[in-house]
Amino acid sequence: MASVHIDARGLHYTPLNQQIRAAVAGGATEIVIDHVLGQRFIGDGLRGDGVTITVNGVPGGDLGMFMSGPTIIVNGNADHAPGNTMDSGTIVIHGSAGDAVAHSMRGGRVFVRDNIGYRGGIHMKQYMEKRPILVIGGAARAFLGEYMAGGLLVVLGLDGSSPISERGLGSGIHGGEIFVRGGVEEKYLGVGARQLAATDAGKKTIEPVLRDFARAFGIDAGPLLTSEYTRITPASARPFANKYTWE
Amino acid sequence: MSIGSVPFKFRVSVDPEQCMVCGRCIENCSYGVFSKENERIKVNSRNCVACHRCLAFCPRDAIDIAEKPTDYRSHPVWTRDVREAIFNQAKTGKIILSGMGNAHPYPIIFDQLVLDACQVTNPSIDPLREPMEMRTYLGKKPAALSLKEFPNGDVELLTKLTPNLQIETPIMIGHMSYGAISLNAQTALAKAVSHVGTFMGTGEGGLHESLYPYQKHMIVQVASGRFGVDINYLERGAAIEIKIGQGAKPGIGGHLPGEKVCADVSCTRMIPEGSDAISPAPHHDIYSIEDLKQLVRSLKEATEWKKPVFVKIAAVHNVAAIAAGIARSSADAVVVDGFRGGTGAAPRVFRDHVGIPIEAAIASVDAKLRQQRIRNEVSLIASGGIRESADIAKAIALGADAVYIGTSALVAMGCRVCGTCYRGQCAWGIATQKPELTQRLDPETASVQVANLIHAWTDELAELMGAAGINSIESLRGNRDRLRGYMLDESLMQVLDVKSVGA
Repeated sequence: MASVHIDARGLHYTPLNQQIRAAVAGGATEIVIDHVLGQRFIGDGLRGDGVTITVNGVPGGDLGMFMSGPTIIVNGNADHAPGNTMDSGTIVIHGSAGDAVAHSMRGGRVFVRDNIGYRGGIHMKQYMEKRPILVIGGAARAFLGEYMAGGLLVVLGLDGSSPISERGLGSGIHGGEIFVRGGVEEKYLGVGARQLAATDAGKKTIEPVLRDFARAFGIDAGPLLTSEYTRITPASARPFANKYTWE
Repeated sequence: MSIGSVPFKFRVSVDPEQCMVCGRCIENCSYGVFSKENERIKVNSRNCVACHRCLAFCPRDAIDIAEKPTDYRSHPVWTRDVREAIFNQAKTGKIILSGMGNAHPYPIIFDQLVLDACQVTNPSIDPLREPMEMRTYLGKKPAALSLKEFPNGDVELLTKLTPNLQIETPIMIGHMSYGAISLNAQTALAKAVSHVGTFMGTGEGGLHESLYPYQKHMIVQVASGRFGVDINYLERGAAIEIKIGQGAKPGIGGHLPGEKVCADVSCTRMIPEGSDAISPAPHHDIYSIEDLKQLVRSLKEATEWKKPVFVKIAAVHNVAAIAAGIARSSADAVVVDGFRGGTGAAPRVFRDHVGIPIEAAIASVDAKLRQQRIRNEVSLIASGGIRESADIAKAIALGADAVYIGTSALVAMGCRVCGTCYRGQCAWGIATQKPELTQRLDPETASVQVANLIHAWTDELAELMGAAGINSIESLRGNRDRLRGYMLDESLMQVLDVKSVGA
């Protein structure tokens, strides 16, 4: 297993990404980047199954955008839109992340240990075997899962705060599903979303994801598996079907 | 129903003297106008959209179509269109969906601009005899060149150049997605642009694998729905275009209805079959001009700074300031889509009332970029309502580097501008995904027609330029002295920066 260390101190994102690409092309499977401080686009458009990149510090926006394959582990918080339009691979954030996490993600996984900002999982979509998954350990702000067209979104509220306490949850959702640990007040649901208590069968479907999440952060999966969940799904797969008349 | 029936939009008549009851009209009409009864052709005029498919295939010229055969009481305010829209909405309570471009009778500025020609004092150029440079390059140009000279006279260019697109004619084909138009239609356009040496846009529908052979001539689009976008797609395109807005419907997103998402469209867009493809109004990772810079750079970073990135906006009131912001975002070209731009489907109220004409938008964007000394940072592509070669000459003289055509390329393939693209029943096989209709469009034949049109317009453009004593597109660009306004008001002439005829 070839391992490469990169020191990102004072390094612009383009030469940083060039070094990452060169390391992957050279057969590295472990890349550790130290002193990351706000560099955007780390792993942008990067291909590389079986490659793990450890980011020590705080990466800038669009971490792992368009990424196809690699795993990125962030030891710190992340900025705006990690996993933006990501194709496959995994991002694990040992901290919190900003707005539009997993924006338009089409495959792979994003695990955030703590909280995320607004519009998390917006317009996530799925196709055939590609089914993106976003799991948030803490709480999410307004408009979580807006325009969601596919995939799975889970919010756990592990730090004791309420996972959802702002409006627009699943606003315009027309595919995919959102699981929230505990209950969700009806007033927080967005237009086009509906909620039901998750059934045992429903909970069973997310069990492997919860186990993986617990393993990623070294926490006990037990309480996650025994909790009650609310499942939010689209009221219709065709939210705009009845809006128009022909000229 | 208290409102009752409204008059036909079109009356279809079949001349019984000419008709031989061959039934071609029945086969060709996808809207169900014709049927056979007692060995005669029976007509249901109410279904007619005037797409002329029947008329084009009638072997005896037996069919005639008349528009608005029934009169309303005429009134200058309460026009027929206004009254019929009210009837429609009183019945349905819904937003009226329309197709093609702006149908409101606003004056067309292009038609009030005239071009110049040489007489006596400077000679015109004969394009038959003299070389005419119709080639141009799209992308950033350096503000200055830094050179290293060697004692032996050799010169080395030290300035790092940014990737540009080389186009052999300033005419490109704009973004019409697979989904909005058929794969046969996209294939025809792709073959045509490859043949001519220009480019076309994919639209926000991904790139179908059968078009990979033409990818060097395709500009891949990234729009707010991010349909069909992955790293492979970005790398295939010759350039990448971020779609912020569209002239036919500025400020709103798009909905490809589930009916149009067939198996093949589904796989190209990467969404489940039959699901609505919803493109939100904004990009939800762009809420400011700073965020736009981030998206432009994310696309460049993903493709290792090898691809030009275009940003397309609808022409709206503050288009010049917006374009100046885009020019500072690392983008390589700004596409400005005027309010006459076409579409497969747009709310009628947007199509007809939102946005500004391309002529004014291009002139003000070009002026603003020059004022701020950043005109070299971006190329400027004019789009929306380009109908003939004279429009192209005028758009370039107003400051454009190149134009996108859309509707005119479809007309070259048979489209009659019936404006019912949103119904998915296009009898010409263009704006439909129904196999029995799409097979009517032969990509080979249609590509020759589209290429013919681009050739013809390029030749006309060369003639117009030659007559004006101009021998390259780059000398025509922004050359407003070659334009005069005819019956344009003073304030508009100031915006366009042109003089009046006679001045």
